[in-house]
Amino acid sequence: MTVSSTEPHLAKATRSPLLAVAGLAVSFEVDGDTHTAVHDASFEVHAGQVLALVGESGSGKSVTAMAALGLLPATARVSGSITLAGTELIGAEQGLLRDIRGGRIGTIFQEPMTALNPVFTIGDQVGEAIRAHRPSSRSAVAARVLELLSTVGLDDPARVARSYPHELSGGQLQRAMIAMAISCDPVLLIADEPTTALDVTVQAGILDLLRDLRTRLDMAVLLITHDMGVVADVADEVVVLRDGQIVEQAAAAQLFAAPRHEYTRALLRVVPTLPELRLAQPKPPETPETPPAETSAGVAPAVLLRNVVVEYPGRRRGQPVRAVNDVSLHIDQGKLVALVGESGSGKSTLGRALAGLVPVAAGTVTVTGVEVGRATRRELRTFRSRLGIVFQDPASSLNPRRTVGASIAEPLSLHTDLRPDAQRRRVDELLEAVELPTRLRDRHPYEMSGGQRQRVAIARAIALNPALLIADEPTSALDVSVQARILELLRSVQRRFGFSCLFISHDLAVVEQLADRVAVLHRGRVVEEGPATTVLRAPRHPYTARLLAAAPVADPRARSGQTSRSTSCKRRKERAAFRHERVKYSPAQSPRPERPLR
Amino acid sequence: MRLLRLISARLFGMIVTLLVISLITYAVFVLLPSDPAQLSCGRPCTPERLADARAFMGYDQPWAQQYLAFLGGIVAGRTFGSGAAAVHCAAPCFGYSFRLNDSVTHLILERIPVTFSIAIGAALLWLLIGVAAGVVSAVRRGTAIDRAAMTFSTIGVSAPSYLVGLLGILLFGFTLNMVPVNGYVPLTEDPVGWLWHLVLPWCVLALISAAVYARLTRGQMLEVLGEDYIRTARAKGLRERRVVGRHALRNVLIPVVTVFGLDLGSLLGGAVITERVFSMPGLGALLLDAVGNIDLPLIIGITLFSAFLIILANFLVDLVYGVLDPRVAR
Repeated sequence: MTVSSTEPHLAKATRSPLLAVAGLAVSFEVDGDTHTAVHDASFEVHAGQVLALVGESGSGKSVTAMAALGLLPATARVSGSITLAGTELIGAEQGLLRDIRGGRIGTIFQEPMTALNPVFTIGDQVGEAIRAHRPSSRSAVAARVLELLSTVGLDDPARVARSYPHELSGGQLQRAMIAMAISCDPVLLIADEPTTALDVTVQAGILDLLRDLRTRLDMAVLLITHDMGVVADVADEVVVLRDGQIVEQAAAAQLFAAPRHEYTRALLRVVPTLPELRLAQPKPPETPETPPAETSAGVAPAVLLRNVVVEYPGRRRGQPVRAVNDVSLHIDQGKLVALVGESGSGKSTLGRALAGLVPVAAGTVTVTGVEVGRATRRELRTFRSRLGIVFQDPASSLNPRRTVGASIAEPLSLHTDLRPDAQRRRVDELLEAVELPTRLRDRHPYEMSGGQRQRVAIARAIALNPALLIADEPTSALDVSVQARILELLRSVQRRFGFSCLFISHDLAVVEQLADRVAVLHRGRVVEEGPATTVLRAPRHPYTARLLAAAPVADPRARSGQTSRSTSCKRRKERAAFRHERVKYSPAQSPRPERPLR
Repeated sequence: MRLLRLISARLFGMIVTLLVISLITYAVFVLLPSDPAQLSCGRPCTPERLADARAFMGYDQPWAQQYLAFLGGIVAGRTFGSGAAAVHCAAPCFGYSFRLNDSVTHLILERIPVTFSIAIGAALLWLLIGVAAGVVSAVRRGTAIDRAAMTFSTIGVSAPSYLVGLLGILLFGFTLNMVPVNGYVPLTEDPVGWLWHLVLPWCVLALISAAVYARLTRGQMLEVLGEDYIRTARAKGLRERRVVGRHALRNVLIPVVTVFGLDLGSLLGGAVITERVFSMPGLGALLLDAVGNIDLPLIIGITLFSAFLIILANFLVDLVYGVLDPRVAR
């Protein structure tokens, strides 16, 4: 580590490092081919420090962490050195590695829902981690479990301990994961994308908890993430990885202020940013008015929702669950309306109601003049040919056994009588429209990258010149740099073909770049609706303000004034308000110019 | 309380299913071209004697009434004929075999110990061998052990039970003279003899089914070992034995138990081929005889009993499922 800095945490650099990675190289043998995942990586983590390993998928950041734990698959070849407080970990015997895993190094993973075993209770799984390293009596373990669960800010530890993973929310599970990771007082916490699967407001809480624990337990944290916003929020040191090589390492403040490597600059540039917040006018939150049947121009809107209610049957004759409650919304011809909300807010359900995929309990859904709830099967069929849908994960929304060309051509053969050669020409046109080379026509989805697959999904969705495109989180499964290009494409395709678009997302920054209007959904209700700039810059509803405040910003100075790092629930509101302000004042001097999408 | 409601709801469903099955079986029985009365009327079969036989068996009634009489017999028992020749079939009466001059209920009950001895022993054996082989194969994937186990299981899957049974009798019975080659000794009379007579049928049945379970377990185990929670368990510092034996196995067992319950249920209804090969007087052998003799009341009785066992097994599987997988418990 050669970077000099005046940051206080680096004063510790004179001490010997806690974790030292030197000349680490990892390669995998696949069918005789050697694929290098990490190449000559060296960095150090000191006690009490948060070091972020940043990179896009495939950059080798997780592989580096798994190498420290000795958890790489048998096909991996590892060379170089990783020492934890002077103990060499590469090639160490299993007994020693087991003591270190969970004992000296705690680990939390990306998706808490799948990272916890579904068939054991939380208490059982946390207790097991304790017993693995500190054999003690049943009652002592149980007491320690409860203590840990309350340490990580879970409200009713006894209930959480009794619960199975499926009975808890993502945020609760990630807190339980953290409790498990810190159960044996580790010196180092590896956090592998700890907040990627979580909603922004939950993410903010988890990041606060990590910061707080770092200080309280004097742990070092190795944070693995692709999210520059998260990095800015918690990291002291940053190591940027690209294709297994370290391209830059620097103190966080320095890296964000003056990124030296072109790749770092590119990474920072593609991070979607939120607009400057104006001071919210102290207006009371208004319920959105009923949309007009006709817009000022006298053209009927492409989509008109009036007091729509969607319910799912409750468990065992219980009350039905209202996923969408009294929503009124309209999308004008050729406009892009973003539907924003956290998981469970009902945004995907609303998208499905638009497509006529779930029945509407009350209210009316009118799309391109067809009332979806009353349409006959035949009318629905015609109506759906005027509708395109792009889903979140192209890897699972494209049939793996069909070529890309066949997938794109399917709507054509279903709804048109184009001859095969005409279909083929149309497929080529569509591939060109989504900026893919036409030779990819005969490829299968697994032969393509995530971004290419999503382009194919878009091509399929627009194959029939839809009047309305529903895009349900189309970029959340993609890397940031790819995400930016897909958003750009979506915008240009929309301009070119002139369809209306409902863009469903949890990511406010993404929405800012694209949407004409924004509707914020909270617990099935639209709490705020209006032009994108108004809603995102001067939110009127407290929930919108909370969402905006929780979104991490890729600028460490934004948190420099932050004094309180406590996780106590009472203070969360104050902090949210505080963040609200910091966003308001700082981005003017942001190192990245705000750039419109090209 | 929730469990009680679940059980009562399922019991009601089971009864309805059994009624439907009995109705279908009965309908098939009526549509069959053979006439049970004709078969038991003896020679020469005069029209009077045939009519008498029909009346005696209750076949002179319309079939819907016959069916109701059959259902009534289950609840209250029934009497065939009248006077000195009358035959009483006590409740629960699932019909009367005029061929064997015994009630179907009694005939089935008599054979149950044999079939259940074969089925339960074999099932436990194959579950143990199959799951163990599958787990070892998955953990030692790609090694000689894995390849050997999978080759063996391919042989097991493709080998017919009569062939394996006969080869087993030839080798262990006649050539090596290790075990008796046929017959059954009740457990209550001679436990050692019981065990000795059953070893070979158990091994034959287990060999064949264990192959299926080994493949199923291996595939499930490989899938589960790739799950995120296995990585978490390892990152906690657990021993590999505990990772596989606790975290993975519990999840692997969920689908295995489903298949096991159904397999055991259908085997309890009679291991037809194995019983024949080893000359065991079980339900399978009884069914074969009944079919050979066109003993329709007995065929209906055994069919219903087998159906009942499968439905019961299904129900038990669901209960075990709730224990193994907390996600379905509610």
